[in-house]
This record gives sequence, C-alpha cells and structure tokens, in this order.
Amino acid sequence: MARLIETNTEPMRSVDVDVVTLDLVENALRNARYEMDEVLFRTALSPGIREQHDEFPLIANHEGKMMVGQFGLSIPDFLDNFDGTIEEGDVLLTSDPYSCGAAISHANDWLVVIPIFFEGRIVGWSAMFGHMSDVGGKSPASMPTDARTIFEEGVVIPPFRLYKAGVLDDDALRIILNQVRKPDWNRADLNGIVAACRTAARRVQELCARFGVDTYNSALDALLERNYRAMKVLLAMVFEEGRTLEFTDYICDDGLGYGPYELKLSLTRTGDKVLLDFTGSSPQAQGPINYYINENLVRMFFGIYMITVADPQILWNDGFYPLVDVEIPDDSFWKPTYPAALNARNHGIGRVFDLFGGLLGQTNPDLLNAAGFSSSPHFMYSGNYGEGDRKGEWFQLYSIGFGGIPGRPIGDGPDGHSLWPSFVNIPCEYLESYYPLRVERWETVTDTGGAGLHRGGNAVEVAYRFLEAGTIAIHDDRWLTYPWGVNGGEPGARSRKWLDRADGTSEVLGSKVHDVPVQPGDLLHFVTWGGGGWGDPLARDPELVSLEVRRGLVSAEGSRRYGVVCDEAGTVDADATTALREELGRDRPSPLPTFDMGPSLETILEKSLEETGLPAPRPPIVR
Amino acid sequence: MTYRLGVDVGGTFTDILLIDEETGETHRAKTSSTPEDQSVGVLRGIERACAAAGVTMDEISEVFHGTTVATNAILEGKGARVGLVTTDGFRQVLQIARSFVPGGLAGWIIWPKPEPLAALEDTVEVVGRIGADGSVVTELDEDDVRRKLGVLATQGIEALSISLINAYANPDHERRVGEIAAELLPGIAVSLSSSVLPELREYERTITTVANAAVQPQVKKYVANLESQLVDAGVDGKLCILRSDGGLVSAGVASDNPVNLLLSGPAGGVTGATWVAEQAGFRDFLTFDMGGTSTDVALVQDLTPRVGRETTVGDLKVRATSVDVRTVGAGGGSIAHVPELTQALRVGPQSAGASPGPAAYAAGGTEPTVTDANVVLGYLPTDLAGGEITLDREAARAAVKSIADATALGSVEAAAAGMIDIVNENMFGALRLVSVQQGFDPRDFALVAFGGAGPLHANALGRLTGAWPVIIPPSPGVLCAYGDATTNLRDESVRTLVRRFDELSDDSLLEILQELGAASRETLAKEGVAEADQRLVYSADLRYHGQGFEIPVTIDIDSFDGSGAGIAALRAAFDVEHERLFSFVLDNEHELVTVRATANGPRPEVAAPVLEDGDGDPAAALVERSAVWVEGAEVEAGIYDRARLRAGDVVAGPAIVTEMDSTTLVLPGHAATVHPSGSLLIRPTDPPTPGHDDRKEN
Repeated sequence: MARLIETNTEPMRSVDVDVVTLDLVENALRNARYEMDEVLFRTALSPGIREQHDEFPLIANHEGKMMVGQFGLSIPDFLDNFDGTIEEGDVLLTSDPYSCGAAISHANDWLVVIPIFFEGRIVGWSAMFGHMSDVGGKSPASMPTDARTIFEEGVVIPPFRLYKAGVLDDDALRIILNQVRKPDWNRADLNGIVAACRTAARRVQELCARFGVDTYNSALDALLERNYRAMKVLLAMVFEEGRTLEFTDYICDDGLGYGPYELKLSLTRTGDKVLLDFTGSSPQAQGPINYYINENLVRMFFGIYMITVADPQILWNDGFYPLVDVEIPDDSFWKPTYPAALNARNHGIGRVFDLFGGLLGQTNPDLLNAAGFSSSPHFMYSGNYGEGDRKGEWFQLYSIGFGGIPGRPIGDGPDGHSLWPSFVNIPCEYLESYYPLRVERWETVTDTGGAGLHRGGNAVEVAYRFLEAGTIAIHDDRWLTYPWGVNGGEPGARSRKWLDRADGTSEVLGSKVHDVPVQPGDLLHFVTWGGGGWGDPLARDPELVSLEVRRGLVSAEGSRRYGVVCDEAGTVDADATTALREELGRDRPSPLPTFDMGPSLETILEKSLEETGLPAPRPPIVR
Repeated sequence: MTYRLGVDVGGTFTDILLIDEETGETHRAKTSSTPEDQSVGVLRGIERACAAAGVTMDEISEVFHGTTVATNAILEGKGARVGLVTTDGFRQVLQIARSFVPGGLAGWIIWPKPEPLAALEDTVEVVGRIGADGSVVTELDEDDVRRKLGVLATQGIEALSISLINAYANPDHERRVGEIAAELLPGIAVSLSSSVLPELREYERTITTVANAAVQPQVKKYVANLESQLVDAGVDGKLCILRSDGGLVSAGVASDNPVNLLLSGPAGGVTGATWVAEQAGFRDFLTFDMGGTSTDVALVQDLTPRVGRETTVGDLKVRATSVDVRTVGAGGGSIAHVPELTQALRVGPQSAGASPGPAAYAAGGTEPTVTDANVVLGYLPTDLAGGEITLDREAARAAVKSIADATALGSVEAAAAGMIDIVNENMFGALRLVSVQQGFDPRDFALVAFGGAGPLHANALGRLTGAWPVIIPPSPGVLCAYGDATTNLRDESVRTLVRRFDELSDDSLLEILQELGAASRETLAKEGVAEADQRLVYSADLRYHGQGFEIPVTIDIDSFDGSGAGIAALRAAFDVEHERLFSFVLDNEHELVTVRATANGPRPEVAAPVLEDGDGDPAAALVERSAVWVEGAEVEAGIYDRARLRAGDVVAGPAIVTEMDSTTLVLPGHAATVHPSGSLLIRPTDPPTPGHDDRKEN
C-alpha cells in the first residue's frame, strides 16, 4: 500500500456545483486528455506509438477514479500494490502486470503514473501507458509466440519511482534500457509519456486555480454521480430482472498448438446491480495468449458499450462502477497464475469487443453489431542489413494491421479499418523509406466481408517483399473460428498468411509464429479477416450490390450470396435475381437466427487442414 | 488616381472595399452573394462601390480576392467527378485511408464513414513501380496505362488525379501517365501528386491531389469568368486570389493549385485582423472569428500568422500550407439540448444554420440557439438602429425556457447565461489549441474579435484567456475584404528530402535552398514584382530521426557562410522549439524532412482611417439605456451607436455598442476605449492587469 506524503492535510470540502461549471470541467478534462495524446504522438520514436498510436491516457480524481480516458487502468490497484512513499514530483513506472493488479496486461506496456499536487495536496492522478516495440527477451519485439512464462518476455519493471521528487533515477533507467534492443525508442517514448502526464497535471492544476480545489473536486464527484445515475437508469431499462444472458466466443489457438479456447461471459441484473461473470471460460493457456484482466477494466468496457450510444458527448468515468459486480475465476484465461506468459493478450482484448457486443446486443438492438475485427494483428520484421552503407545495422519493425469493421445497425462496416480508437496504419512509403522491404499490395480483399443487409467490412491484404534476410513474427487469430454475423447476416472470411519464397515454393504460416527466417525476394501475404454481416442479405438493394461489384468490393460470384445475379460489370439480371432470392429464401427459418457462427466447431476442426492448410489445434489442457 | 479593391465573398454577403492607393480613403459596399455564380455578385458590388465613391472602373489597378468557391465545392459535395490513377496494388488507397475511426472505444459503432473523394469505381491502378530511393523497380507499362485510362474515359469523369507510390522521390512515371492522359482524355484537367504535394505518405499525398482535382474545374471556370467580366466592365487591373496561407497569387497560379485556396476565406479574416491590429499598435494577438455555425481562431506573432501544413474543411483533411486556423463547430446558431439520460447541458454541435435559424429570427426556428440566449439576456437589442432584422424576443424566451425546464437552472435568464458560458468555453478550448497547446501564453497576446457574433462574445473570451486588450475592428463584417486588400503576393517552393543531418552538408543544403529561392523569385518576377522588392524566407520541417511529426523552423540563410554553422543553427533552433512544445529534448540525430523557400512581395501601403478626436465622454453616441442580464442580475446598460463614437471615448461596461453588421458587448468591470484607427479596445478596469498589457503595445 502506497503512503502518500502531502504537506497540506486539510480535507477537501464538498460544495454545490452548478450544471454549467460541471460541463466546463468536463470539457476541460476532455481537452487535457486529447492533449496527452498529441504530446506523445508528436515526440515518440517507435512506429507503434508514433505512427499507430498504441497508447492510452487517463486522468483520475484524487482517489484514483478515472475521470477521463479511453482504456482505464486501475490506479487504486496500482497504489495498493506499491510499497513505498509517494510525494510531489514523483513519477512512477511499471511494466509488471502481476504487480499492479493487471492495470496493464503485458510487459510491453510501460505504465507511467504521476500524482497531481495542488497547494500541497493530491488533487488527482494522470497516467498513460504505451506499447514499447521491444522490451528485450528472446525474440525481437519481445512477444515470443511459444512463451510459457513471463520470464521469456523481456524486462519486467516492478512499480518504482522513476523520478523521486523531480529527480530522475538514472541508474535504474540505464539498467532497464540495457535489456532492450532499441533503447533510443524506449527512451524517447518514455520521455513522451512522462511529458504527456505532466501536461495533464498542469491542466488539472490550472482548473484547481480557476475554480478552487473544492469546486473542482466536487465537480468531479458530480460527474461520477452523473455516470452512476445514467447507468442505473440504463441498466433497469435494458436488462430484465433475474434473466441471465450468455455469450461464448473463441480464441483459435495459443501459439503452442492448443485450442480453441472458450471465452464465456454472462450477465444477470439483480435490483440496481448487474453481475458480469466469466465463469466457464477456459483455464489458463499454455501459451502467451492469457489476458489477465482487471475487474475495473471489465466495468469500463461494459460502460462504454452502454453509454456511448445514449449520450455520445458524455465523458464516461468510473462513477458507475459500484453498479457492476465482476466475477473472474482464478487460474483461468482471464486470471492466470504468476508467472504465466502474457505477451499475446491482444487477441483476448479484441475478443472482449465481440463478447460484449454479442452479449448486450441480445437485448438492445442499438448495440447489436456483428463480430468485427476483434484483435490487433501484429507483424514484425527484423535483422541486420547485409550490405550497403548500413551494413551490419539492426532494423526492427513492429506494426499493427487492420481488417473489416462488422455490419452495424447504422450501416455497412468500413473496409480495412480499425476497431481501436485513434489507431492508424503505417504508410507504405514510410515503411519503404525506413525498412528493407517493398509493399506490393495493400488492398481489401473482395468478398471477405460477411453478407448482410449491411455488409461486413472487407479484410486487408498487405503483401511484403523482403529485401534483406531476417526473421519475421506474426500475431493473429480468427484463422479457425469465424467472425460471426447477426440478425440473418453471414460470417466474414477468416484470416490467412502465406509466404511465396524467392525459390518458387510457397508455405502457409500459422497465425502465431516468430523467428521465421526470410530471404531477400520472399513475399509474405498477410491477410486479416472480414467483419460479419448484419441483417438479411436478401434484403440488400441489388443496385448497391451492383455498385460494389463495380467497385471490386464484392465479386459477381459473391453477389449471389445476396441473391443477386449480375455480371462482372455489375449489370443486374432482375428476373434471375428475383428467382434466386425466392429460391434462397424458401427454406430459411423465420425469424432468421440472431447469430450465425458458421459451421459447428466439430466441422471446423475436422476440415481445418483441408480449408486452412493448418492442422487443427489440440484441445487445451489444464496444467 | 488609382484604386485597389478587396473582395470577399461569404455565404450570405459579398463585401467590397475600395481603397484609394494614395490617401488610404476607403469606400465599402455590401451586396447579397450569388451562390450560383459568385462573379455576378462580385461585379455588382464593385459597380456599387465605384458609383458610391465616384470612381470609374478603369481607375482600379488591382483586384484582391478571397474566395470560397473551392471550400464550398468540398463542403457541399459538389466538386468534380474525379478519376484516380494509382500504382498496381494500391487501388483502395482512399477506401482504406489511414484505417482511422474517430471517437473513443466503441466509436466505430456510431461512425458514418464518408465516401472517398474519388469513387472506387473511378479509380484504376497501373503497372510500374518506383522505389523509396527514386529508382525504377518496374518500368511503367504504357499499354496498361492506355487500357486503364480508356476505362476512365467511359466513366464520365470531369477531372483526373494521378498519385503513384513514391512519386515524391521520382515523378517520371506520373508525368508520363499525365502525358498519355492528355492524349486520351483531352480537355480533362490533370493533377499530379508529384507537383501538388511532393511529400512522403501516400494517402495524404493522394487525397490532397484528388482534392485539387475535385475543385479545379469550378475554380478555373470561376476565375476565368470573373477575369473576363472585369475586363468587359472596363477594369484592366490585375486579379489576385488569396491563398490559404494568407499570401496572394495571380489568378492563373490559383487555378493550377486550387487545393491551396481551401481556407482562402478564413485567411482573409486573419490577414484583415493583422492589418487592424497593426493600426491599433499590437503585433501579437489571437484572432476570433465567430459566425453562425462555426468559429475560426488563429495565432499571429509579430504580425505574422502561424501557418500549418494541414488544411481541414469539413470531413476532408489535406496537406496544404494554410494559416493555422482551428475551427470549432459552434456559433450563433448552435442549438442547446439536454440529453434525457445524463441531464447534461450541451450546446452544439447541431446548428439551426441559416434556415430556419434561431427562434428569434421568427423564420420557423423553435430550438434554443446561442443567438436566442443573447437576445434573452438583452445583449442583442431587438430594435437595432439599422432595423434590418427585428428580433423576436418572446420567441427566443420560449425556446430557451425549454432548457430552463429540463435542467435545474431556475430561470430563463439563468439557462441563457449557462448556454453562453458553455459556448464560450468551447471557443476557449479552440483558442487554447492555438496558444497554450503550442507553448504560447495567451496573456502575452491581444485578442481580435470579428465575424457576426465575435464582438458579442469577445469580452468574455478576453476574460477566459487573459488576452487583453480585446480589439473590435471597425466594421467587423468587412474585415476579410480588408485582409484581401492589405496582404502581399507570395510564392512558395517546396522539396521533400528526408535526410539525416549527417547526410547533409551546409553546401548541399545551401544549393537546394538557392534553387528553391530562385524558383519562387522567378514566379513572383513573372507576376511583376521587381526582385528588389521581394523578400525571401526559408524554412525547414525538422524532427529527430525516427519521429513521425515535424516541427517547422525558420532558416537563417546568412548562417550558411561555409563554416558549417548553418546546420548547427538549425539543430539548435529545433531543440529550442522542441523544448518549448514538449518540455524535453533528445540526444537523437536530427532529420530534415522538407525545405521551403517563400518569396514575398511588398505589403501594400494602405493608410488607416483616422477618427475625429473626442473628449473621452461617449455621451453623444448614447442611444438609450436598456436592461441586460449579467452575472446573475439584471442591470442597466448604455446602448451606443458606434458611428457616433470619437477617438479617445471610453465606454464603460455594462454597455452595448451597435453598428450595421455587428454588436459589441462590454461587460461590467471593463471599458472599451475608441482607438483613433476606429477599433474598440476593451480592457478590464478593476483590477487592472499588471504588466502584460503594456508589454504588447509598441
């Protein structure tokens, strides 16, 4: 438990705050949070943060409750686990999920937390974590797909004071940076994160000066209360008392050949409160896919889904947390036991989107989306230049790919976009300037979005031609189970990866591999997956299908999934279309099933090798 | 005698400013804009201004024009149908864009994705590949090019854009495709990415090129129309167009690169504000241009507006140099609402627009807008001197009452005051973006407020930012036309290099700078600006090697004296700027991304009007006393007619100063002093702000 050193121990008073001041404070906090992003993006060196924005900020009140942020990390848990004093000018750093109650969930994420002091008292906290492209360990990018323990995943920093009362602990930083492959990246990114947190602190201090500490703090209380009230109304409105909703989805494999892992989530409302229960999910994985999740993070995911639609301008915060109970079984996929490996937890985070979508959508049509692009597929490439003026120089790329946004109540899912907020792709020309590779194709893949009244977004294919020998690594999923469709919509296409070697051979790659050697001239095809479809495909306007054929987003053959008969130029045969729609519609159940998960799991496993080129994974074992 | 004309075409009105080049005497005219063909309204306005001044058309030597033709084409989705040629494998460069989805987690659920500016069915890819170093990896397949252009020829495209991978490093393939297009698609204007924006990053370069192509036909037609009509009307003076960066270019140059005109309108406001502030004796200031649906803000330092490398218009963001204007979607027409679930008071982003407009306009609007709140509080007198628009106070009260009812705010006035506070806070947020977030303390700046609603909110914004004095220009409505007429001709040459400092030498960089400078100098010379009258400015966009964003730094060309001091000076200047913006510097190597040379013509001499001296007492301008609601209570405020104020008069708040196209609110505890140049300078009276204010005046 952290001991806080405050020179001013006068307690804050609760005062009345009018609705206008409340909105002024809310707005100022929102601005401060975006300013944090801006500071880091513009100063970071690693492509992951600089170009792709793999970072998450937060501003909390004096108790550590999140007031604004987009990911949440649990400052109370962090402080509970921190053994030492905290005073003005301190900057805390950690990368150990097991020492902060899973405020972060793998060792690549470096979390900085700073106390915000005003007139000798702590008035808030700012925090931010960013994904470091490399934190050492046995494989470049520090995400070995076969890791069984966190010891294989690089340097793991326990919570400590990087700055003590404003003074940098140079020795500690030197020891940490000595473990990693690209220390200048880590140093710059860490500098940016600290600068961003300090910027937020300044903004909070300005607000305290402007409104007074008591008004500021009372405004935060009122904002928390606003979320609490809104959520209470929503819960009663949306969920039937006593009825349990359930949803199950999967992670295809764990990098060590076991899978699929079953992820279960249920929800029951009793009185004012709901219980989110992960019981029944698979036990912890052998490989590094475990997603050690913090209970508060679950609450936040849940809250975002509930509130975003009701008042998009709201600043959602921790205020509603008392209304949500969370049950996560020990030794499970969601709560593995130290020192289980964690590096590839991005699939689990992504699948939380689909889990909540599938769960909540059962009662709330505003929220029912198909399964989307619920991961952040990684591609890594590294090695030493073999010749030229850079001969011997180390190069290392870590990048995140995108795929199909699912069909949504408001319309089609965008092709090749990000489900993650603020993430962007790395421009091809940037990659080609900084790395020995050439991108030969960067397009979405025809027909990979699930058919539906609202089509799922198409997957993306990026084809990388390697110009230097090196190794590559891939983290992806949904190569086996399907991105499901809803309300009659069909599943999207699964992901695929293969290498066309310079020697003319071709090989299918697993979705989680590392240290795969590549030679100059080898061509990697990295194909992500499509979003599921939404609603009855036979109800889609044939003219729209025709337009998409002309656009190359759907093929003439693919248009038949919509019951549309047309040629390559998109010219629709109206009679044939009517006939085909009649035929396809004849033996369908009514109403159409809410979820279409594709073929049964048995069938999928049985046909794995034939359809994907990869053997079916072995059933997970309890260790 | 010779005259110059400033012409600003806005959404509703076209403003004309006729300036006597010798005396600085001005004549203004205002006519309705003619959106179907803006040149009609322009010509009518010119005729009216000339008639009023007793000037004949042939006495006009120069016409300076800020235009929204390009902006409107984008905002209204009425740009040309653009075909796009990409590299094989990259046909969906606009469909995928940067894969970015706005909003927070779950933002994707509610985001309506805009359609690409060049439709996917009008996009083709051609075989041929340039490497990142500019080398040819695969020769251009001209048969393939002809085949693909043949497809586009049948599609009915109205403009063509060509954007190939790595074309910034080697434009040969693009140029060849352009030549073939000229052959196969005669009469279709072609935009090459390597000439519109020779910079790395394929999506940004492509969208900028496509935007250029999309607005080009309309801009070209408009400019040609206007030129010929001016000639027909007897004006043989030169036509110049104001670019987004606040510089003027000839009509021909404007037509070739119309993507640089997207912020021509707001740039006119900022340059106009610059002229006004200079007359009033201030060199550092923020600009605050509040209209009906949106508000533009910018920062001007030492009479030079900060420029940025991005231009945003609606959903479209392109890489084009423009005055760093930030826009918030809040203005007089912004609608207040209270979401049922959270009971929060929100103002905007919905706007009542021009139709039906605020409830007070009695044109069918019933929703409570910011203008209605101003009416309720008595800030907008319902019986204005000019009497052009009468405002319906009861309708405004009824609309705002819905907010009072839905919140715990006890009265209609309290609800109105709340709406004003919230919208002011939004504006404050925008002003912070250009000041605090760029490392500038707003208290070191003045605040120039204009636009229809700016002067009403300006005093409050002065209080929030601490930027004093608040300057209200004379006739805030025709400020843009002033800007058009008082800025200078400009040309910019750019080259993207992406070189680490150890790959550069003073000599090699100097050579490039001199080439760029010569190119710009020549362009201006062609425009008739003598070399001796030109001023060349050099700048570079720098970063630490590996960073993704650049910081613009001014280059002192004299430091390139052969001793190696030039690059050292750049390095030092960058570190200072990085420290100022982000509070730290790194040991990493520096990298130069882009260099540019800008040639500036002389700024025209325009004499400012001088008001007759008064005795400090504004009593002669007092029209009436009226009740206004401030700080939770009703008080009596003087209402003054601005036309009758004299230099040195001091209007103490609470007060309202009215004129034909604007209304200024002076809050209690503040006073507006009339500057001889006609501007009102608002400052707090009690307590005086020490230090800051005095430092700014020169």
